[in-house]
Amino acid sequence: MRPILLQGHERSLTQLKFNLEGDLLFSCSKDHIVNAWFSHNGERLGTYDGHNGTVWTLDVDSQSKFLVSGSADNTLRLWSVSTGKCLYTWEFPTAVKRVSFSDDDQQVVCITEQRMGHQGAVRVFQINRDGDGSDQPSKPLHMFNPIGSKATVCAFTYTPNLIVTGHESGKVALFDVTTGDEVLNNERAHMDVVTDMQLSTDKTYFITSSKDKTARLHDTKTLRVLKTFTTETPLNSAALDPFRPYVLLGGGQEAMQVTTTSLRQGKFETRFWHKVFEEEIGRVKGHFGPINTIAVHPGGSSYASGGEDGYVRVHHYDETYSKAKPYGDLVIEN
Amino acid sequence: MAELHHAPRYTEDLDFSDILTKYQIQHDDGFDNIVVVDGVPVIDNSKLDKLLSKITKEFSKKGIYIKQDEIHVPWDKCVGKSKGFIFINLRNAEDTSLSLTAMHGHAFDARHQFKINRFVDVERYVQLNETYLDPPMEDYHTKEHLRSWLADPLGRDQYVTYRGEDVEIRWHGKSSQSGVSYSKKAWTELYVSWSPQGTYLATIYRQGVRLWGGPSWEHQQRFAHPLVKLIDFSPCEQYLVTWSHDPINVPANLPQGPEFFSPEDEGNHIAVWDVKTGHLLRTFPSASLVFDDSLKKQMQWPALKWSADDKFVARITPGQHISVYELPTMGLHGKKSLKIESVVDFEWCPHGDKDKDEGRFQGSKGRKLEENMLAYWTPEVANQPARVTLLTFPGRTILRQKNLFNVTECKLFWQNHGDFLCVKVDRHTKTKKSTFCNLEIFRVREKDFPVEVVELKDTVNDFAWEPRGERFAIITSADSNLGSSNAGTVKTDISFYQLDPVKNDFKLLRVLPSRTSNTIRWSPRGRHIVLATVGSSTKSELEFWDMDFFSEERREGQAAKEDWAGGIQHLGSADHYGVTDVEWDPSGRFLATSASAWRHTLENGYAIWDFRGQEIEKHLVDRFKQLIWRPRPHSLLTQEQKREVRRKLREYGRSFDEEDAAEESSISAELVGHRKRLVDEWNTWRARCRQEVAEEQHSRIRLALCREESKEEIEEWIDEVIDQTEEVVD
Repeated sequence: MRPILLQGHERSLTQLKFNLEGDLLFSCSKDHIVNAWFSHNGERLGTYDGHNGTVWTLDVDSQSKFLVSGSADNTLRLWSVSTGKCLYTWEFPTAVKRVSFSDDDQQVVCITEQRMGHQGAVRVFQINRDGDGSDQPSKPLHMFNPIGSKATVCAFTYTPNLIVTGHESGKVALFDVTTGDEVLNNERAHMDVVTDMQLSTDKTYFITSSKDKTARLHDTKTLRVLKTFTTETPLNSAALDPFRPYVLLGGGQEAMQVTTTSLRQGKFETRFWHKVFEEEIGRVKGHFGPINTIAVHPGGSSYASGGEDGYVRVHHYDETYSKAKPYGDLVIEN
Repeated sequence: MAELHHAPRYTEDLDFSDILTKYQIQHDDGFDNIVVVDGVPVIDNSKLDKLLSKITKEFSKKGIYIKQDEIHVPWDKCVGKSKGFIFINLRNAEDTSLSLTAMHGHAFDARHQFKINRFVDVERYVQLNETYLDPPMEDYHTKEHLRSWLADPLGRDQYVTYRGEDVEIRWHGKSSQSGVSYSKKAWTELYVSWSPQGTYLATIYRQGVRLWGGPSWEHQQRFAHPLVKLIDFSPCEQYLVTWSHDPINVPANLPQGPEFFSPEDEGNHIAVWDVKTGHLLRTFPSASLVFDDSLKKQMQWPALKWSADDKFVARITPGQHISVYELPTMGLHGKKSLKIESVVDFEWCPHGDKDKDEGRFQGSKGRKLEENMLAYWTPEVANQPARVTLLTFPGRTILRQKNLFNVTECKLFWQNHGDFLCVKVDRHTKTKKSTFCNLEIFRVREKDFPVEVVELKDTVNDFAWEPRGERFAIITSADSNLGSSNAGTVKTDISFYQLDPVKNDFKLLRVLPSRTSNTIRWSPRGRHIVLATVGSSTKSELEFWDMDFFSEERREGQAAKEDWAGGIQHLGSADHYGVTDVEWDPSGRFLATSASAWRHTLENGYAIWDFRGQEIEKHLVDRFKQLIWRPRPHSLLTQEQKREVRRKLREYGRSFDEEDAAEESSISAELVGHRKRLVDEWNTWRARCRQEVAEEQHSRIRLALCREESKEEIEEWIDEVIDQTEEVVD
């Protein structure tokens, strides 16, 4: 499983995303740049230039037509995937920490940071898919300020207008975006900041990672914790394998403590855990800084990890990976 | 108005009697101040005034002031004389109790002695029921067996772990048999400690020390020493020494009794307790405070050193004397200390199996079993060479003395059975520029205590005798970094030595050069040894060695002497990042390494290895602090019985092998079943999810359809005539 090293960023990675077909991989970084790559060979398709600060987050729609990215320059930008042109820019008082497309590509949800007297906000924008895309409504369709702990991550669920959020306190909650009401919450989902959240293919369950050194699987409907994966290091990202019953976890010592730990001890490895048995089954080494983000190919043939070290590593699984049956002939539903 | 009238009547109707009886004030019957003084001379009227003035004077001497008219003298009218007792009305109840303590038994004159009683007591004793009643028999509570863990049918060992606030007692056996035996939150506030034979677990709180034991970990004993920091058991765990940084302070309301400090203990730091009764035996000031400040080193702990049989405990006053106290009275033995000019350090000789089994001492005829032995050393002072001395106690006869020159520092290492004493002598060259090391080894079991010398060029960082063996291992280093405290890793060499029984000297077996190890850990049963790099941030290697790889028989003493170093075999290496503590289990089969949060916060947790260096279990636990194996007491088997067991090992082993095989198959079946259950659970949940999602989508589509249907399309055709022109067509 020789990885492809993508050396297109000068600073640490913040988020990775495959498009629906999995032929393209998008990456954003603290060096203000968003990159698009061919996932099969690691060739760079192009860059999306324009942001003036750390690009914290991105998402791509299911048709690979539009890309949205949120940045510390307080803007949310809509890009044309194929031309690299910035189609529209929304300005906010604070940085954008998380964006996500809805299933039907019609809406985008974004979280802006709570800073300098401005409350953290969740906004939902209607995306006008007609024409060249440069004609977008400037006002959000819905907007609300979640009270209590700051929201750090969010995503649409399979129910329209219902989003799931992860918070700084470790809370996981469901919000109705039309009213801004908290429909349901699990205050004790994690003991520390929720750092990443990725939904399953049918969005009925999702995985969260947290600084409390655990990753957890939650039921979207009830927010019940289904599984817990306890590691020995703070986690920055967690991803689900779409076909095999594994989850991928990444993290490492805090960036500030990295200098005092040796490479082997930094825990800068991608860990594979069995989703149902809650057992670790393997690790993939490579990064020499904490892993900030992990994305799995929608076809399950590869995965990519982006680290604090500024590199993206794309791993195409060997044939043996799909053939191996470490637990015998157990049929496990996705 | 009507209501107001009604109210008082209502209260009158109430029956308060129950409340009245409950809150009734116990009226002082006023006799508390009165004492009855018996044993007063019988006098006639003429001497009354004289007597009364004498009595008031006697009382006032003790601080009790009474007026003469407060004394009532009962008079026998028939005889015209007093009845020989008087009543005194004192000022208050405090005077009453004072008079009881001060004047009771007071000799008034040669023939009369005061007997003082409270007036109310007299009343009570008169009314006392005269018929004898059997005291109720207290139910007999069977105490739990304090050594029950030794009877574990699986023969497992226990260890205690302390993490965060939780203390856990865990079993260690085969992986299926390991697990938590007992756990308790906030069981200790500082740390936990086993007694030396594993009977008790000591936990430390602000208020003092508590001991626990038995299968259900019942509370066994408590020692109230506020802010206690360090504790130390005597070798036979009969006594406990505690130390607190804060001097003992006896508040006025402290309960009195043999278990508590009394005012004369005030200001002391060290306390000695009896474990069984919980009584305080004696307190001492901290040694470092008495000693002059110029030489203020780190306090030595244990501050009190116990002889191996718990009969004596000794305390050193550096430079002056060693004070030996006898147990259980804690009196200074022979009423005087061992005056030794400029003494620096001493150690008691441990007792070995030979002492115990044979009941008497062989070899050197100078020492009987009843005699303990201690070794001490004195540095070079004014024309006198440095000196190491072996001394019997309580005989106080000097057995052997050895003079040493150019000595900077000595350290005494007894072999754990008291067969050898190694004195590690750090020496300096004449110019005092460089230091080197000598090992002076006293063969204590032989006649006249011969001394062998091993000369080394480097400094010795660590020294360790093989338990019950004739071998030792040392770590030497020529590295100049040594000494600097932050040096994480220092290049070291490890050497093994063994006594050559023919030449009677210690021979170098093998050197392992260029290591980083700084810790030697012999297995408690000898033979196996672990070299570890502890407390370093970059290196954390563990090396497992076997000293008798080929010759099983060597320890029986019939070894082939030709291949000395042939049996030394490297078994394995391992790595435990950030290891801070390394400890063998009492059976010498397993090794526990731990990374304690007391030292650093990286990857705290512990691992257990077998003697070959194979990892058995590893747990990374946040805020992990401590792991200690539960010690085992000495074996009750004699040497012959042990030999017998060893001979029949194969026979015994067969049944265990069968058990193992049976268990293994049951475990794997269990695991497969467990996994199957998990998978089934997951799959049913997924099926339910899928159904729910499908239903929801269905309903959403239906809703959308309905909405479309409800939108009636009304097409209106409006014809509007804009203009009408008529043209005549031809």
